[in-house]
Order: sequence, then structure tokens, then C-alpha cells
Amino acid sequence: MQLVQNFPFACILLTLICAVITSVLGSGAARKMTLFVIGAVTAMTACVMVYTLKTGDSYVYLMGHFPAPWGNEIRIGALETVMMMVFCLVILFSFLGGLGRSMLQIETSKYNIYCIMVDLTLLSLLALVYTNDLFTGYVFIEINTLAAAGLVMIRQNGKSLVAAVRYMIMNLLGSSLFLIGIVLLYSITGHLLMQNLQESIAVLAATGEYREPLTMAVALMTVGLSMKSALFPFDTWLPGAYSNSTPTASAILSSIVSKGYIFLLIKVYCRVIGFDVVVSLGVCDVLFVFGAIGMVMGSINAMRAKTVRMMIAYSSVAQIGYIYLALGMASGAGVLCALWHVAAHAATKSMLFISSAELDEASGGTHLRADLRGGFYRSPLAASAFALGGANLVGIPMLGVFMTKLMLSQAAIDAGGKHMVAALVVLAVSTLLNAQYFLGTAVDLFTPRHDGKAVVRTRPQALTAAGIAGFIVLNLVLGFFAKDILAALAAGLARFA
Amino acid sequence: MKRERPDLLLRARSRLTHFLASSDEALDERMAQSQTQPALSEEMPVDIEYRRMLEAEIEEERETAARLRTWNERRSGRLGRGVYCVLCVAVCLAMIALFLYTAACLPDYGSAGHPANNEVPARYIESGLQETGAVNIVTGMILDYRAFDTLGESSVLFTAAMVVLLLLRLDADSQTFSPLARVIREQPHSDTFYEPHHDTILQHAAKVLVPVVLLLGIYVVLNGHLSPGGGFSGGAIMGAALMIYVTAFGFEAIRRFFTYRTYQRVVLCALLTYAVSKCYSFYTGANGLHSVIPLGTPGAILSSGLILVLNICVGFIVTCTMYAFYAVFRKGEL
Repeated sequence: MQLVQNFPFACILLTLICAVITSVLGSGAARKMTLFVIGAVTAMTACVMVYTLKTGDSYVYLMGHFPAPWGNEIRIGALETVMMMVFCLVILFSFLGGLGRSMLQIETSKYNIYCIMVDLTLLSLLALVYTNDLFTGYVFIEINTLAAAGLVMIRQNGKSLVAAVRYMIMNLLGSSLFLIGIVLLYSITGHLLMQNLQESIAVLAATGEYREPLTMAVALMTVGLSMKSALFPFDTWLPGAYSNSTPTASAILSSIVSKGYIFLLIKVYCRVIGFDVVVSLGVCDVLFVFGAIGMVMGSINAMRAKTVRMMIAYSSVAQIGYIYLALGMASGAGVLCALWHVAAHAATKSMLFISSAELDEASGGTHLRADLRGGFYRSPLAASAFALGGANLVGIPMLGVFMTKLMLSQAAIDAGGKHMVAALVVLAVSTLLNAQYFLGTAVDLFTPRHDGKAVVRTRPQALTAAGIAGFIVLNLVLGFFAKDILAALAAGLARFA
Repeated sequence: MKRERPDLLLRARSRLTHFLASSDEALDERMAQSQTQPALSEEMPVDIEYRRMLEAEIEEERETAARLRTWNERRSGRLGRGVYCVLCVAVCLAMIALFLYTAACLPDYGSAGHPANNEVPARYIESGLQETGAVNIVTGMILDYRAFDTLGESSVLFTAAMVVLLLLRLDADSQTFSPLARVIREQPHSDTFYEPHHDTILQHAAKVLVPVVLLLGIYVVLNGHLSPGGGFSGGAIMGAALMIYVTAFGFEAIRRFFTYRTYQRVVLCALLTYAVSKCYSFYTGANGLHSVIPLGTPGAILSSGLILVLNICVGFIVTCTMYAFYAVFRKGEL
């Protein structure tokens, strides 16, 4: 085994060890430690990504001395590493971009706990992406849920505590439904390892044995994970949780935490249940309907939002609707589109959160949309990032989300019939609504205020600027090299099942 | 509750006015500075942020209270709640029926033909003793075969403890950030007021019980690989002993040997030992290297390789986490 093959395991253990050490550090050291961890994990993931892309194959890594059905193992392939790379970069830039404000908004003696929460989110994400065992997945869902709860309530004020309670109720319900789903699957197959489960389920689906428990298990896992990733109508916890935390926490919650669950759901569909079985059970149609409603409802709520962060948070609901609509297409192209949108949306949404926080700050600590007018003249970098993110979500060509919309329409046309009409109509409506609120805000940013006050131009802190600049580059790369990245994802997906 | 709320608001407001009066000029000066300088430089005007935060918070609390009051008084609100309750019951009943039906369709539990009766438990039962050295094969399973899952579970405990500390631990500047901390600071004894202090019966019982319970916990942890038990159950027993002690003798007494620092250090050492030893065994396992850790004679107390060490680590983590939960929930500090 080559050295580079050990890196995913090293990432997981390093993150855990550093998180534990951070618990005894002061705020400054904790910040440096977390930056080190995120940097090291990003670097190692980059190496593994290059390795898996070069070999074009996946490999399993034993976590212990015993092979898979008895022991634990993780699986590393092109799909996992490419997604992980995007997630790592998003966490890195989010952490950098929100550093200045987080120091102000978080109690100094608890700053290290905030760093631990970021570390543990990264840890759970690594394990969720790489795991090859359904139960290991559940264990790290627990860590993810708790760490995200910490991030939601990190500011400790009234609103964020209420948001955290809502978040916990919905997410614990989601986790327990997912767990019951695992129990049912174990009862009818006797396995927890993904390949073994898939083989057994293929047999069960062919013979029609235990059809009811199988349907129930798939339904429970779907509902559980969609609750946790805030698919409409389970999105009530999302706006409060995303908009009342620190910018870094909002960015991580919106782009990493929910996306990790969606990646796990795709993994469950493709590697555990088998996508054909999922389609035959009719799950995709349900996802299609709720995804479509979510796309429209999220956008309508975003239009009505008064504050910028609320608007971005509601737009997440709409974007998650896109992902589920793509899954609901019940085709390989749909799954690929969903995966692509997970990456594209993660990169964009976190950029929007970070840049909007910076714009708020430059506009005198406001949160209202109306006060952002002329923001470009106060903070050009943040305003450019915000405009880029908005343009991206609207679907301007050459940017990431445009590819989603293109692939979604393509998949809809391939599917034909009712699916095609419904998907295209919803896509058009949603795009129009997106354009209304995002482009509206972007135009506002570039419109100078005529109230006679002098424009005070603020320069963001160096690290914040680095984070925002990193986001801009990441989004442009995702847009310009969409074809290559999609090819890598498609190759990984082909080996995924 | 109704009477306390305006009180709290009033107090917060008076503190705000006091704060503003004391440092208004200095603040204005720094405000002016901050507008010409980058807003988020290293030497940030923390007090401006503090003032802004306090103002926003008071406004927010007032708004929420008003909204709640009107919602409670509105007739449609009451009707809505009635419909909501009926729907809740209906959904719950439907879910119960669905789950019962699904359970009835599952294979018979414990039957020989149960799908779970396959090669996986067969190897655990037949060769678990030789491969892990643990007489208690459940311990062998969770700490050797599936050690990665258990490492995850220990991290869950760590995560939970950190989140609870974040929410409830009171520090010097907690009340700046958390209204919850403000309430606790201002009424420190409201929840323990009716509890007896220096309860003689409890203290005498504790004197007998604590050493016995502690010893039992240590026994359960150390014999985890030989008999039912292990780090999780033994740790819970030891945590209970600490709780009895602190209930009987108070926080002053327990701080002689168990403070927040102790907690931090013990958990740090235990989790690090766990993670590093698993690092070794995962690395050697995946790379096909021979592990130098001897399994020992099955049945002896010093046997089963790393399992004993891991059990002790888990025991420490669980003890400290349980006690920490109890302490911060009761008093806000360790």
C-alpha cells in the first residue's frame, strides 16, 4: 500500500486528535490549531484526489486488523475525493472569511469550543463521505448533528438558542428515523456493510420477499436524511439556524452540514439500496414533487425576507429543492446533476454568507436588505463576491449553477412526459424568482446612495479578504472547469455502485 | 414568569444606560476612529460591538415577548393550536400503526433462519476469543473488530460534553453574550434553594456508598474484557459515585480533587491515548504489518491486547462526561 493511500485515515485521526487537544487551548492557539487542521486535511485530500484520479479506481482501507464484514473499513474513490476536496476548500475559506467577526461574536473563553465544533464537523464529514459501513455512517451523523447544534447556538443569544432547539428537534427526529431504517435493513439482510447490503437487497427485491420492511426502510432513511438536509416541508428549522449564527457557522451549516447528509443519501441510494430498486419503489416521484415545491416556496420566502441573511437562508431551501428534483429524475444523469449541484451550491452559498456578513459590517452593522444599497463603494471585494454568488445562483453561463440548470433540463427532456413539463416549468419559475431577489440585491449593491453622506470605504481584514478571494477563485474554477470536474464525477459515479 | 420578564428587561436596560453613561465619550471617540480605520482590525473596539449587541438584544427580547403575548391572546391562535394537537395525535397514531405493521412483517427474532444469523456473528463467536483475546466477545466486537465505530461513539460523548459546556458553563464574561448566563448569575440559588444543605443522613450514606460504588465501577471497567461490563457501563457507575459525593458534600468538597482543569486533562489524556493506540492498530492493520501488542492469556486480567487500555480510557471519558453534565446542569460550572 502506498503512503498516499493512508491519507484519508490520517485525515480522520488527525482531525480527531487536534479537536481533543483544542479543548485545553486558549482562543489564539485554538484558532491556529484549527487553521492547521483544515489546511493539512485539504492538502492531504488534494493528494488523495490526484492519486484516485490518476489510477481511476477506488480502494478500501481497513480500519483495524479484520476485513470488512467483521471489521470497519472506509472506501476511497474519485467521487468521494473530488467532493471532499470541494468541502475542504469551502470549510477553509469559510473559516478564514469569518475569522474577524467570530472573534467578536463569541465569548473568548469558549472560542476553543467553537474551533472544536468546526473540527468535529470536518471529522464527521470525512467519515460520512468515506464510510463503507452504514452504521459507521450513523455514528458520524450523531457527531455531525451535535457539532452543528453547537455552531447554531455559538452566539448564545435568545434567537440562536430558539433556533438551536428547533434544529435539535427536527434533526434528532431525522437521525432516529434514519437509525430505524438501518435497523430494518439489518433485520431483513443481516448486513451493515454497503456491498453486502446491496447484494442481499438485490435478491430480496427480485424475489419480492420482505417487501414491506424494505419499502419502509427506504422511506424512513429518505425522510430522515431529507429532514436533516431541510427539504421542503421540513425546512422550518433552517432559516433561524442559518441566519442567527456567526458568518463562518452559517456558511459551514448551509454548505457542509446539509450537503454531507445529501451525499450520504446518494450513497445509500447508489451503494446500499441500488438505484433501480429505489426507482421501482417510487421514492423518486415523491422527491421530485417535494423538490419542485421546495424550489418555488424557498424562493418566494426569500423574496419576502427583510434581512440579507434570511434571504440567503431561504434561498438554500430552494437550492436543496434543485438537488432533490434532480434525484427525482430517476436517472443516472439526474444523480450526477444532484452531485454537481451539491458541490456548486456549497461553494456559492458559503461565499454569499461570508460576503454578506462583510457587507453588513461595512454598511454599519445593519442586517436589512435595504441598507446594503451602494455596498460596492464601501466594500468592493465583498460586493463583488456577493454579486458573483448571486449571478451564479441565477444561472449565468460560465458559472457552476448554470451547468446544474442545463443538466437538469437535459435530464427532464430525456425523461419526457409529465416529468419534462413539470421540471421545465418549475425551473423557469424558480430561475425568474432567483433573478428577482439576487439580481435585485446585486444591482442595489452597485447603485450609489444619494443621501449626501460621504462613502466610507472599509478594507476587510487580511484573512477575511483571503477567504473571500479564495471563494471567488473556487467558484470561477468550478464554473470554467465544469466539464472536467463533471467528467471526474461521472467516472467516480460509474464505479460508485 | 410573567412578572420576571419585565424585571429582567429593566435590569438589562439599566445596566445598558449605566454602561453608556460611564463610557459615552470614550466610545464616541473610538466610533469616530473606527469609521476612518478598517472596521475589523486587530485592536477592535470591542465595547462598541458590546453596546450594539446589548441594544439589539433588548430590542429583540421585547419584540419576541410582544409577539408571544399577542399570539397567545388571539382567538385564531387558540383554534390553530387545537387543530395542531388533533393533527399531531393523528400523525402519531398513523406512524404507530405503520411501525407495528412493519415489525410484524420482519423475520422472527432469534430464529435460526434469521438473516442476521450469518457468517459475521459466526466468526465473532467461534474465533473471537483467539483473535481478540477477550473472553467477553461483546467487548471484543466493539473494541477490536469494530473499534472505529466505538472511537466514533467516544467522540460523540466528547462532542456532547463540549456542546453542553458551551451552552451552560458560566465564565467571567458569559453574561455579555448569553441572556441565560445573566439570569443564572442574578439568581444563583433559585433552583437549589429548597434543597437541604449538609443533610446528615445523605452524608452518612454517601460516606459508605461512594467508596463501594467507585470500587464497583473500577471493577466493571477493569474486567470489561472478562465479564459483562466495560468502559461505558463502569464509567457510568463511577460517574454516579461522583454525583452522590457532590450532592452530599457540595461543590467545595469535590473541588479539592476534581475541577474543570482535572476534567479537561483527564478527558484529553484518555481520548488521546485512545486515538493514538487506534492510530497504531488501524495503520498496521491496513498496511498488513504485524502488530507487536501481545494478546496475553485469555482470562487473565492483563490480556486481550489494547482492549484493557481502551476500556480504561472509555471509562475515564464516560465518568468525567457524566459528572460534567450533572455539574454544569446544576450549577453552571465544574
